[in-house]
Amino acid sequence: MRLKISNGRIIDPANNIDQTGSLFIDKGKILAIGRSPKGFKPQREINASNKIVCPGLIDLCARLREPGEEYKATIASETTAAAASGITSICCPPDTIPVIDTPAVAELIFQHAANSQKSKVFPLGALTHGLKGETLAEMHALKSAGCIGVSNAYAPIVDTEVLRRALEYAATCEITVHLYCEDDYLRNNGVAHEGPVSTRLGLPAIPETAETVAVSRALLLVEQTGARVHFCRISTARSIELLAEARARGLDVTADVGIAHLHLTDMDISSFNTDCYVLPPLRSQRDKDGLRAGLANGTITAICSDHQPHESDAKSAPFSMTEPGASTIEMLLPLSLQLVRDKNLTLQQAVAALTSAPAKIAGFDTGNLSIGSPADVCIFDPESSWIVETDALLSAGKNTPFASWEMTGKVTHTLVDGNIIYKL
Amino acid sequence: MTGNNIQLDAQGRLKHFLTIEGIDRSLLFEILDYAESFAAVSERAVKKVPLLRGITIANLFFEPSTRTRTTFELAAKRLSADVLNLNILSSATKKGETLSDTLQTLEAMHCDMFIVRHANSGAAHFIASKVAPHIRVINGGDGRHSHPTQAMLDMFTIRKHKPDFTKLKVAIIGDVLHSRVARSEIHALSILGVPEIRVIGPRTLIPADISCLGAHAYYDMNEGLKDVDVVMMLRLQRERMCSALLPSEHEYFKRYGLDEKKLALAKADAIVMHPGPINRGIEIESSIADSERSVILQQVSHGIAVRMAIMAMTMGNKTTGSQVEETA
Repeated sequence: MRLKISNGRIIDPANNIDQTGSLFIDKGKILAIGRSPKGFKPQREINASNKIVCPGLIDLCARLREPGEEYKATIASETTAAAASGITSICCPPDTIPVIDTPAVAELIFQHAANSQKSKVFPLGALTHGLKGETLAEMHALKSAGCIGVSNAYAPIVDTEVLRRALEYAATCEITVHLYCEDDYLRNNGVAHEGPVSTRLGLPAIPETAETVAVSRALLLVEQTGARVHFCRISTARSIELLAEARARGLDVTADVGIAHLHLTDMDISSFNTDCYVLPPLRSQRDKDGLRAGLANGTITAICSDHQPHESDAKSAPFSMTEPGASTIEMLLPLSLQLVRDKNLTLQQAVAALTSAPAKIAGFDTGNLSIGSPADVCIFDPESSWIVETDALLSAGKNTPFASWEMTGKVTHTLVDGNIIYKL
Repeated sequence: MTGNNIQLDAQGRLKHFLTIEGIDRSLLFEILDYAESFAAVSERAVKKVPLLRGITIANLFFEPSTRTRTTFELAAKRLSADVLNLNILSSATKKGETLSDTLQTLEAMHCDMFIVRHANSGAAHFIASKVAPHIRVINGGDGRHSHPTQAMLDMFTIRKHKPDFTKLKVAIIGDVLHSRVARSEIHALSILGVPEIRVIGPRTLIPADISCLGAHAYYDMNEGLKDVDVVMMLRLQRERMCSALLPSEHEYFKRYGLDEKKLALAKADAIVMHPGPINRGIEIESSIADSERSVILQQVSHGIAVRMAIMAMTMGNKTTGSQVEETA
């Protein structure tokens, strides 16, 4: 289909473009920006005046709960929510049931995503078999099956020798390792950041060092093994310093942060609000400020939703008996735009953190509006505001800590390969 | 923003009793004064008042407990309530029933009040937020978070001996990290105006942020006990011994066990308290536990009066124990 998106403010950080004009799409690819190509007759035109036109968003981590936990959510339900949120590509971690440690599970996910005809879904394969942290997963086979990286998700790799060998083997397979850093012993079944709030509420605490010790260990192993490692869901200001030091030494490591950690702190759990039980835990104000600063200075390049939909029973119990994770996919864009209004990021930086940066980490050819690239596009009204109503969420997970928050920024159209998968 | 206000109704009266935090000084004194009127009831030949006649109280103990459950049961019976004891450890939850389902089942049996003990912090808040509006919830201890009736009976006992809270130095000794009793005591002491609250223990058992609750941390008994009026010992769970937290019972007793020599640093008229059950020779020397300075057994009997007061108040009753006697 020939499509013209006219008069929008086109922001494409990958090509350093910020201009008002039109975008032309043909055969599922970006055809031109600005001037209409000779003889181009659009079959359809979208008026994007007063709207922003940017590459479709890429979410480095959202749990779709399929296969295995369809009572929480499905690929169909969550890709529908993602599409309505401007997200065109989703990476899902391997902690499904069964674990994505065989090509068959990855193929099943591709198949279900293709059936739902919404956002693209890219699985991460397991780093160790069954995520048990003991033996290596078949990374080469997983890569061949289309996994864009490998990860052990939340599951700890206690044995440092196993981590070393896993990184070496991943380097051999030339596959990116998405590493969630948490020292299992220091976490010690904790559920809240170690600080005044956990002390007051008597909640088992997770110290800052549960993350920083694991980050330090991983950084030294990256140096030794030469593996390509992406650090997932950084939550402490101190980790930002460690990552910045490593990058200054020339280590090619990247990092992302979950959107909730840029907006919430441990204070938000202070009434035992189970919707605020997430991992890593919401940390202090100082950490939140440090994460925002880390995004601004480029130590962290990507923002992800870290979306984790749950059925209501999963959150309906005493705090530490509930399941961690928050439903956030529909707030990813507006809460990222909030960082622009809070003067932490420029608009280009915010869009880059949701498009070109995650594309680079995942190795995608999307996340940009270059001529010839797949036409994955997000169009949004940056001024339109709306209230988060849990019942109105498209995600099957209503477990959001942002209920009744006011969001500014609303997606009006989402395109995948030139097809409109969502229209307001 | 503590969310504790679910325990108060729109008029600021006690609806549930979940935590000391967020209750103001006058209401704490009201509880203590009201408890005074019940203290006499237990000493009469007929140890009963008809205040909660027809009311059904369910003891929901998700965690083993003898003395707390027993004193709640006695308190309820002395108020003429019917008591249902549910040892949930061995029943429903083992069969996979969720907490919400258990609560709904009990509601269907028309219980009016739940006394809840649970191993997880926030459990009593959770239950209070789930039950039907007419049901009252009293926290009998949740995880490491709160044990408000214990704190109130401790305050009641302190006041018997030291009537003016604003002149006291109080030390709390032992495993503060895992202690709901310590947290509730610190809140109560601080709301009642105690100017100096100390916690004493090794760094492994004192949370680094304890000062945010208004307590000063001491790691040495000799410094911490100096000139205190009240010595509040905490129970040390056996499983904490010989772990990464403490090397041995012997070393713990030597450093933090209460013996004559250490107690001599406190004021001459200092009282010694313990929530029980005590570990003789680990937290406290036997001779001190049995001495005149120990008020440990008084704490137990005061527990009944204080719990009677709290149960009656949450049920909206203001008739005092002595008034009942007059009308009876």
